[in-house]
Amino acid sequence: MTHPENAAEFLKDSQKAKWHDETLWFVRDKRDKVSKGIPEWEQLRQLASGIKDNVLANLADYLEEFERNATKNGIIVHWAADSEEHNRLVLEILQKQNCSAVVKSKSILTEECHLNPYLEKHGVEVVDTDLGERIVQFLNQPPSHIVLPAIHLKKGEISELFHEKLHTEKGNEDPAYLTQAARVHLREKFFAAKVAITGVNFGIAETGEFIVCTNEGNADMGVHLAQVHIACMGIEKILPRRKDLGVFLRLLARSATGQPITNYNSHFRSPSPGKEIHLILVDNGRTAQLAREKFRNSLKCIRCGACMNTCPIYRRSGGFSYNSTVPGPIGSILSPGLDLKKHSSLPFASTLCGSCTDVCPVKINIHEQLYEWRQEVTKTQGEFAKGLAMKLANGIFKSPLAYKISGNLMRNALKSLPNSLIYHPLNSWGKNRNLPDAPKESFQQWYRKNRS
Amino acid sequence: MKTNSQSVALFIPCYVDQFYPQVGIATLELLEKLGCQVTYPSGQTCCGQPLANAGYARETVGTARHFIETFNDFDYVVCPSGSCTLHVKEHFPAIAGLEKEQEDLEHKIYELTEFITDILKIERLEGKFPHRVSFHSSCHGQRGLHLSSGSELNQPPYNKARKLLENLEGLEWVELSRTDECCGFGGTFAVTEEALSIQMGKDRLADHLEHKTEILTGGDMSCIMHLQGIATRSKQELKFLHLAEILNQALL
Repeated sequence: MTHPENAAEFLKDSQKAKWHDETLWFVRDKRDKVSKGIPEWEQLRQLASGIKDNVLANLADYLEEFERNATKNGIIVHWAADSEEHNRLVLEILQKQNCSAVVKSKSILTEECHLNPYLEKHGVEVVDTDLGERIVQFLNQPPSHIVLPAIHLKKGEISELFHEKLHTEKGNEDPAYLTQAARVHLREKFFAAKVAITGVNFGIAETGEFIVCTNEGNADMGVHLAQVHIACMGIEKILPRRKDLGVFLRLLARSATGQPITNYNSHFRSPSPGKEIHLILVDNGRTAQLAREKFRNSLKCIRCGACMNTCPIYRRSGGFSYNSTVPGPIGSILSPGLDLKKHSSLPFASTLCGSCTDVCPVKINIHEQLYEWRQEVTKTQGEFAKGLAMKLANGIFKSPLAYKISGNLMRNALKSLPNSLIYHPLNSWGKNRNLPDAPKESFQQWYRKNRS
Repeated sequence: MKTNSQSVALFIPCYVDQFYPQVGIATLELLEKLGCQVTYPSGQTCCGQPLANAGYARETVGTARHFIETFNDFDYVVCPSGSCTLHVKEHFPAIAGLEKEQEDLEHKIYELTEFITDILKIERLEGKFPHRVSFHSSCHGQRGLHLSSGSELNQPPYNKARKLLENLEGLEWVELSRTDECCGFGGTFAVTEEALSIQMGKDRLADHLEHKTEILTGGDMSCIMHLQGIATRSKQELKFLHLAEILNQALL
């Protein structure tokens, strides 16, 4: 299904859609307040963007420096060109450990690689330990938001789910009660797991260490109890120096949830005696995106989710409407690079209002890239583009007056379209909206009479 | 600026020309009242934004060339739409052979309010408009042309339109809950994402109505056309005027 179809479906439950919009607006508002508490906020964004420019311009060198230093520290570094190779590497490490149950803290990269279904197919139980992720995992759903994975669910729905899965009291919706039940359940899983998988928020080239940020401490709990830690990292997550980290940690949590800092910012540098750390560096389309000059900046993303919270479309259509691992504005500029045909409707799921660009902590010009992806989508003549051309023609050519508006421009540009498309009977402008009353004369006619 | 010696060309967006001639007239009369020599070059057409935003920027070369040639001989180009102004400044395709003219145009085209505040350097307008007015901040004017501060950014608050409106005698400025959320017009978005577009429009209208606004104004008739279309369909009592109409009526 395309984004417009999914969005229309989401909006059918108008009460829930309103709640979804207001909940995310609340997060956006919190972000506004906390970011305004820092006078140098805009300078921080500029600085972060500049550091990322440097990283992207010298990515190969930084990655090699990172690998050298990490290896020196005793970390075992692997390289994965794509998701298949990434998943195979993880499985090989697990098999070597005779491990059939792993705990995993939040990692959008492993979602992107569809690691869970792959491991399950090979007989490994994967338990997501982030509370929101565990909730969606119980439901066999992907996360609907990269920071707030279960934001599409209300507490009543979670209460029902926990009653079924964790045998909590029926109808008890108290968040503290439900969270406690999840803690008890997850603790068992933590103790049982020999291997813990985490994502990586930042890798430091200079020191060979990497940083994992969580609010729940679940990454630390998993890693410290396990024998083996597998960290999965997208190659764009590199920072040159440890001192650069301060800039990003100040921006990340404020942008994501309106907190001054994430609760746990854990640095992993070398394995404890007798234990192992494996770090898998994953490309999976990132170097291809790096080669696309107009879209390169999208790789600056630190996955804070602020563009989702601010997006008036995301708030009213939900994460699932995008059908892509990373939803929302940033997903709409990342995903077409992975599969243009599948994601061809995403660059159009925007009014180009620009709010995403202005909240982005690393100043990615998201709305401008959406505009540029539109130009690419129409070149490939995907199915969505044809539908769009039809609707466009239909919206404009529907009334004779509207037809006049288009003048030479539209006639020239759309002259290749057959009349059956131009005079299509469906008029989506007028379904829920009136057209303005036609005035008796145009401005041009008035001017000729009154001023010439 | 010495308004008598410099020529101002009026760029009236195609949909304003056809649907809202009164907005074009108000813009012209207002600029004349403010002492400008205004001409409306009659050969003008659309700026090409609808096609470019739909992904067909490459089809707008002819339109852009025509636009640059039409407005080449004037000192300033003024337009009562932030969106169309931004398109000319930032999204015209490069036109071979007209590089200098194109660059000049990008620097001499202004949206109406910024022309009044930044070029004519008018800080206060003396006039009377005894109504409760709320302002719809259109995205391209705000985030693109920076006509007002954005709620996302950490910057001192300002609003060029508010500066002009607030000084009018009797005008009551309505504060909204979400000062700069998009109305959901978005050009082709209004038809390709119809359900979302309508919901966004309804939500914006609700904010204005909850604050007991009498007249909803703004700098872009496209957003207003969308909001008004929804309001009329649902029979809501709300008046809509372009900013130029208010200023022109207020300045007798």
